[in-house]
Amino acid sequence: MQKLKKYAASKAGRDTLISFGIVIIAFAVMQVLRSFGMVSSLLESLLVPICAYVVMAVSLNLTVGILGELSLGHAGFMSVGAFSGIVAATCLNDLVPFAPLRLALAIVVGGICAAIAGVIIGVPVLRLKGDYLAIVTLAFGEIIKNIVNVLYIGLDSAGLHFGLLQQGFTLEEGGEMIINGPMGVSGVSRISTFTSGFVLVLITLFLVLNLINSRSGRAIMAVRDNKIAADSIGISTTSYKLMAFVISAAFAGMAGTLYGLNYTTVTATKFDFNTSILILVFVVLGGLGNIWGSIIAAALLTVLPEVLREVGDFRMLIYAILLIVMMLFNNSSLKARILEKRGMKQMEKAERSGKEGA
Amino acid sequence: MAMLEVTSLGISFGGLRAVDELSMKIEKGGLVGLIGPNGAGKTTVFNMLTGVYRPTDGGIRLDGQNLIGKKPHEICKLGVARTFQNIRLFSGLTVLDNVKTGLHNEISYTLAESLLHLGSYRKKERQMDEKAMELLRVFDLENVAGYQAANLPYGKQRKLEIARALATDPKLLLLDEPAAGMNPNETGELMETIELVRQRFGVTVLLIEHDMKLVSGICEYLYVLNFGRLLAEGTPGEVLSNPEVVTAYLGE
Repeated sequence: MQKLKKYAASKAGRDTLISFGIVIIAFAVMQVLRSFGMVSSLLESLLVPICAYVVMAVSLNLTVGILGELSLGHAGFMSVGAFSGIVAATCLNDLVPFAPLRLALAIVVGGICAAIAGVIIGVPVLRLKGDYLAIVTLAFGEIIKNIVNVLYIGLDSAGLHFGLLQQGFTLEEGGEMIINGPMGVSGVSRISTFTSGFVLVLITLFLVLNLINSRSGRAIMAVRDNKIAADSIGISTTSYKLMAFVISAAFAGMAGTLYGLNYTTVTATKFDFNTSILILVFVVLGGLGNIWGSIIAAALLTVLPEVLREVGDFRMLIYAILLIVMMLFNNSSLKARILEKRGMKQMEKAERSGKEGA
Repeated sequence: MAMLEVTSLGISFGGLRAVDELSMKIEKGGLVGLIGPNGAGKTTVFNMLTGVYRPTDGGIRLDGQNLIGKKPHEICKLGVARTFQNIRLFSGLTVLDNVKTGLHNEISYTLAESLLHLGSYRKKERQMDEKAMELLRVFDLENVAGYQAANLPYGKQRKLEIARALATDPKLLLLDEPAAGMNPNETGELMETIELVRQRFGVTVLLIEHDMKLVSGICEYLYVLNFGRLLAEGTPGEVLSNPEVVTAYLGE
């Protein structure tokens, strides 16, 4: 108990406890409500997407909040994860009949494929900074979308077939088309469940929070705060930037697999620029570098547009106004004053302790 | 053989010759000052020594090892650490974490251990905490270990930057105007700290400074730069009575 108190007193400990607390309590409450049949079918259908978006938000927070680089193409990694995960799940259909295990394997494959995409994109992109980096990530996001849009993948007895053209893409008798170009994926068995989403969120939180509170995490934040100083104390800034970017991409890929396997039909256009921006909104609204903020923002903003359907045409208007109000608060003098007060207190204390020391 | 040997070092930015034909030798354990009027190229020399700029000509050797063409983080691993004229702390991190970041290569564990907090994570983190606190105690900063670095008063930020540089266990410590913006009391305290650091950590120190009291008080040897060229060198007594140096500083 004493240990726990001490842990909760440190900022890192507090963030960890709050993050896990929110997720576990939310999951428990939802499960109880579901067992009493008090969850509308609408909300029920949103449970897995919420989990996927929470993982996406945490993952993007790693790039934008912890590494400090603005990425506008995060949906691209989600797309890579979704489609590679679906391909993996389809291939494993007969081999692994147990659905949760098949989902887990698919998520791992999705994560690995997205991580590879992260390396390919990260190496050229991370040479840039600021606005330039943001624009180029946007471009790569669009490139991924357009490649997947013309991608044909089929499975037959001879194995997997890839193609970027419909002409000449033929499968043997009994073969199965997995990704059918612009038509995307259809007829996949939905194996994502709320529980699996919850587990993925927990794993993501565990790994990301561990990373932040470690040697590598400190190095990444050092690069964010001052690249030249980080270099001067022996941190290879390029490799830590790449590391954070790739880890972030891997989690986005896992979220993508979870998301993709929740629907029978998925097309590449789902993971477009709008999705990237939506996730960025979660991160900025929840607070840069604030993991539990991302969780709350992602969950709320996924539910909100659906709940607002009742007000019909005013839906997006209210959504937009709420966003503006929340942003104004986030950037308000009220919040600034609270933070300033804390900073001033520390400064005063530091001055005083200096005098006592002298 | 001298610890740091700089031979006819020079760098041009376009048509501007910022540093030209600079040669220096620093013996192990020395405390050497690099002085000169504003714009003489002192910080540029530091930037070349730490790999931020690549010299156009000349050589830099640390214990016989060539430093030219090496990246800043590689040079740090070879034993050169520095502070900056305009303080560069990791302002979002705590004071303790700033120093622990300095221990990055001293006490290291793998990425897998970072992600899972398994293996030697706990042991190594505890070692880091202990070592970082020890350094903070030297600089009288242990009371503010949990504060965000940006919230420290100026003088303490300077000290923290030196502590962070020392955490990398350097052979050679480069201090860029450590007394800038300090009042005479703080400067006096800083002189003691530098002397203490040199004895306790056995580092060789090269410092840029404008405060002549500090320079003549602790430096054993001085190099004077003017317009990128070496104007004079010698003990503080010799250099400061050199008419050329006086002219460079005060004008004709």
